[in-house]
Amino acid sequence: MSATPFIVLSAILFTIGCLGVLTRRNAIVVFMSVELMLNASNLALVTFSRANGNLEGQIAAFFVMVVAAAEVVVGLAIIMTIFRTRRSASVDDASLLKY
Amino acid sequence: MNFTAPHIEYDLISPILVVLGVAVVGVLVEAAVPRVYRYWTQVVLAAVGVVGALGATVYVLNRIHPGSDHPKPGFLVAEGALAVDGPTLFIWVLILVLALLGVLLFAERQLEGGVTAFAGQAAALPGTEAEREASAQGLEHTEVFPLLMFAVSGMLMFPAANDLLTLFVALEVLSLPLYLLCGLARRRRLLSQEAALKYFMLGAFSSGFFVYGIALTYGYAGSMEFSKIAQAVASSSGSRALLLGGMGMLAVGLLFKVGAAPFHAWTPDVYQGAPTAVTGFMAAATKVAAFGALLRLFYVAFGGARWDWQPLMWGVAILTMVVGSVFALTQTDVKRLLAYSSVAHAGFILTGFLGARSLGEIHAGDINPVQAVLFYVTTYGLMTMAAFAIVTVVRDAGGEATHLSRWAGLGKESPLVAGIFAFLLLGMAGIPLTSGFTGKWAVFAAALSAGAWPVVIVAVLMSAVAAYFYVRVIVVMFFADPVGDGPSVAVPSVLTSSVIAVGAAATLVLGVVPGPLLDMLGRIAEFIR
Repeated sequence: MSATPFIVLSAILFTIGCLGVLTRRNAIVVFMSVELMLNASNLALVTFSRANGNLEGQIAAFFVMVVAAAEVVVGLAIIMTIFRTRRSASVDDASLLKY
Repeated sequence: MNFTAPHIEYDLISPILVVLGVAVVGVLVEAAVPRVYRYWTQVVLAAVGVVGALGATVYVLNRIHPGSDHPKPGFLVAEGALAVDGPTLFIWVLILVLALLGVLLFAERQLEGGVTAFAGQAAALPGTEAEREASAQGLEHTEVFPLLMFAVSGMLMFPAANDLLTLFVALEVLSLPLYLLCGLARRRRLLSQEAALKYFMLGAFSSGFFVYGIALTYGYAGSMEFSKIAQAVASSSGSRALLLGGMGMLAVGLLFKVGAAPFHAWTPDVYQGAPTAVTGFMAAATKVAAFGALLRLFYVAFGGARWDWQPLMWGVAILTMVVGSVFALTQTDVKRLLAYSSVAHAGFILTGFLGARSLGEIHAGDINPVQAVLFYVTTYGLMTMAAFAIVTVVRDAGGEATHLSRWAGLGKESPLVAGIFAFLLLGMAGIPLTSGFTGKWAVFAAALSAGAWPVVIVAVLMSAVAAYFYVRVIVVMFFADPVGDGPSVAVPSVLTSSVIAVGAAATLVLGVVPGPLLDMLGRIAEFIR
């Protein structure tokens, strides 16, 4: 079975995630878009693993999942602190540092 | 199915293991040791751990037999996941020295009147009763020390990583603790939290690109190992689109970490908002680790595709130097100014990185690009650390006085502090007899011999622009009249003073006698493949 459709799908998912990060305002949604990018990468890794006939890509996908989980812990802690301080999770409101 | 256990050379990776072990013990200390003893326990533990790791590095260094007639170039350890060779060991020593200075800066208590510069209770909202109570009780977050140690362990792994997966894990291990550290300032907490948010969001975004780059490169080469990628590049097998896409996306992730334009937008905000001790450590050590990883990835794995990535990197280097130097001209905040200056430095280091040539083209006596880059990051790291340490001691009623206008008349208030800061700025500008001059000369020479003369011309022009804004700060300190009460210089404890002294001394010594270090780097600056 050809790997191309899966790679195309992962590229589409990655692009959606990328656009989400660039256009959405809510920090949580931006963060979800980043996770979508990571999962698109996982799909590509697993597909290439199958196409190349070795397991390295699948192992890498597990590591990416673990790292994504760790990133959630750190990220949500930071977003929570900001939300409790400002009563807003909008990334546009965090604009004290500029110029 | 037979399963063979992987063979790990624990002794050769002991510096990483020591630092990770200290970090884990540090977390246990938080749980088990009473609050009154925690600060000292953590400080001593972290300092001893870093010194121990330095000792372990010296042991590993001796295994390579650097002095003998047939020195070993290095070892591939842990089934080829990590490469312990000359550049790795040098970067380990440098990062551990910077980490030790970082521990000293983090431990400083005298400037804030008996507490560290980190939030008393990060969970207490700014401006509430809970925060005032935490501050009245003299609470402090000693978790910063284990966080620092985790970041250091990632930084040790990053330049040694010899496959894409290890590279990714190391990148995250070094980044995640730094995101948290950025948000823990005791004063100006809104700015600090905002810095953490911005750093985290953009860091996560760039690591998304990095992972996709890993996937594409893996699809191209069929392996994560650098040596196998190099083989695939050499035999030009597989799809070129995958190689170019993968290489570009990996570059995005790494250039984000070194703060190169156009991925530098986070640098000024994060450097300004983060606690100054964290900024100093982050500016120095992250850049060292990330340039180490960038060199290894692009020289060892993608060295054969040099003609594909070099033009792009020319553009990035030029843009980085121009953006860093020109934007620094208009800054009015000292930390922001130093941040833009670090962007400009990233551009200068990239200039040295462009000196990539095949080994046959490097003649004896030439400055090799790895040597030039390692020398530059050494001088840059120590100068930056000392400069940010000085920012912590110039204070007014609201804490650190970072606005440039508040620094007017500093030369009269404290000639010593202003003099050292002026010397460090001259070093950053690259005035002869400072280490910055030798560093700039080395990277320019390396780039020139690879034919990157347009980049070197821009670099020389931008050095002149950069000299202007460094001198502007010196003029403000010595020749402007103070506004109102003028700045005051708090007397720091021996911790911060020693960081400043070490940075200034290194800037002077490496400027006057750069020969020994350059020669030593020339002998070891070769990656094993």
